[in-house]
Amino acid sequence: MTRKVLMKGNEAFGEAAIRAGCRFYVGYPITPQNELVEYMSRELPEHGGTFIQSESELATINIAYGIGVAGGDCLISSSSPGIALMQEGFSFACMAEVPIVILNVSRSGPGIGGIQPGQSDYFQMTRGGGNGDYRIPVFTPATMQEAVNTIYGSFEIANRYRNPVSIMVDGMMGQMMEPVVLPEAKAPLAEERIAAEKPWALVGRGTKPTRNVIKAYAPNTTILETQVLRLFKKYESMEAELPEAVLTDVEDAEMVFVAYGSAARIVAEVMTILKERGIRTGLIRPKTVWPFPNGAFDRLGERTKIVVSVELSMGQMIDDIERAVRGRYPVRLINRAGGIIPTSEEISRIAEEMIGAYR
Amino acid sequence: MDKKVFIIGGHYGSGKTEVSLNLALENRAERTKVALIDLDIANPYFRSREKTEEFSKYGIDIFGNFFRDEVTLEIPALAANVRAPLEDPETVSIVDLGGDGSGAKVLVQFMRAIENRDFEFYCVINRNRPETDSPEKAISMISEIEAATGLKISGLVNNSHFLTETTADDIVAGAVFCREIEKRNGIPLRINCCPERLTDDFSAKLSGADRSVPILPIRMIMRDAWLDQILTL
Repeated sequence: MTRKVLMKGNEAFGEAAIRAGCRFYVGYPITPQNELVEYMSRELPEHGGTFIQSESELATINIAYGIGVAGGDCLISSSSPGIALMQEGFSFACMAEVPIVILNVSRSGPGIGGIQPGQSDYFQMTRGGGNGDYRIPVFTPATMQEAVNTIYGSFEIANRYRNPVSIMVDGMMGQMMEPVVLPEAKAPLAEERIAAEKPWALVGRGTKPTRNVIKAYAPNTTILETQVLRLFKKYESMEAELPEAVLTDVEDAEMVFVAYGSAARIVAEVMTILKERGIRTGLIRPKTVWPFPNGAFDRLGERTKIVVSVELSMGQMIDDIERAVRGRYPVRLINRAGGIIPTSEEISRIAEEMIGAYR
Repeated sequence: MDKKVFIIGGHYGSGKTEVSLNLALENRAERTKVALIDLDIANPYFRSREKTEEFSKYGIDIFGNFFRDEVTLEIPALAANVRAPLEDPETVSIVDLGGDGSGAKVLVQFMRAIENRDFEFYCVINRNRPETDSPEKAISMISEIEAATGLKISGLVNNSHFLTETTADDIVAGAVFCREIEKRNGIPLRINCCPERLTDDFSAKLSGADRSVPILPIRMIMRDAWLDQILTL
């Protein structure tokens, strides 16, 4: 491990990708992720990489598709409305099984929204706006160190499943500073090694008897259904292998919060406040939201009276929580929208009222 | 600190805004008229003008961009009245610049108001930022800011912290780092910033000429406590 440095989220995300061996970045400026675009434009060429500022988000995803098809490890990034513009490309990349790492530094919406942080892209990221049956894993780190580690590991996951992988952090995580220990730099995949490491990649036929073909198209219903079923075998493996959550004090808690990203950091302060007021709380912090860590909710015991989702949205994660809870506990929501971050005192006061009704 | 205009520049993320706000508070303890001029039109979050209401309670006016929706939109523009405190000889003005040369450039349009004043142009240095972690890189940053503004940096502000993880040794290492820059380009170390909780520890570690450099105790004003909650990884 290298020494500790103080970095802004967006810079640290870029550096994590470079250290993972990523040598291709495509992006288009949008607040609050602009520092990442700037960082990659400056740093990637220094490492022999290629930085492309595309003419639009639609171009971003499709250039990344081309890089992925040719066996390159590529990062793309944007913020909420920019991610919306890429959705068609996500669907195509899933169908054609193209590994791409997607970073969404999310802001509030809908429409153009605002530049302040939001978590209202939960549906966009976990359900997707592209057409057809497809899935993309969504990682939701809550600290800079965790975000760095996640991005560093995401290229391997994308390549392992031959599928796009996404990381969703809110604008606050992109803009805030935090000390991080950067991981060791990995060597990028050398061009002459691509054919061996990624035998599916389009690197030229060479001496092989047949050429590789990658396409987001099936000529008839039988072939299309076969491909969809094949994809869903892969998504089943993801559901078994990828879900992750951090559980804090849940065994003894009468009130269990569920929160990810910045919201989880506020909840950590809320838990200290409520402890002083005699309320036993716990936290389930999903590190992946698709696949959702359903198993974490089986750890709740008889003492739990209520599960509370804390979100910077109108309550998009709550559907997944209800599915995981399966009627065992009432599920409620504490939230703000529009880019407003609730104070820990505000959340504590509402939580106190809520638990009062179940005691 | 008998000067009336303090311009605070530096690498982005070096802590210019926290330094500016704390410097304004310190000046307010001794002077009646203190203004903070927020010229950061590069950063979308953590701008000193978000603290306008809180600072008016301390008797400090914050000037910047006050278009009504400016905090949620990005409008890289400034209100006309930002010039007023600079033109008032009785007001102590703290000028909070945007990061790097590109963020500092906006200062040029206020040159006529500044050039006749007795001002200090400080460069905030945090040696824990990867882009200013060697004297060479820090000196290059200083030159970039000087080239963009056409003004010479007159002093260094050591702000070498790691947020809540800062130790007194980190700040000492920052002071040594600034002394090395001073040795190479002649720009003196003028202020050591230190989290309030560490001022005694830090002072005890100083010797010789370093003891005469003023210490600015830093209270976190921009950064909410929830950002520094420790989460289980």
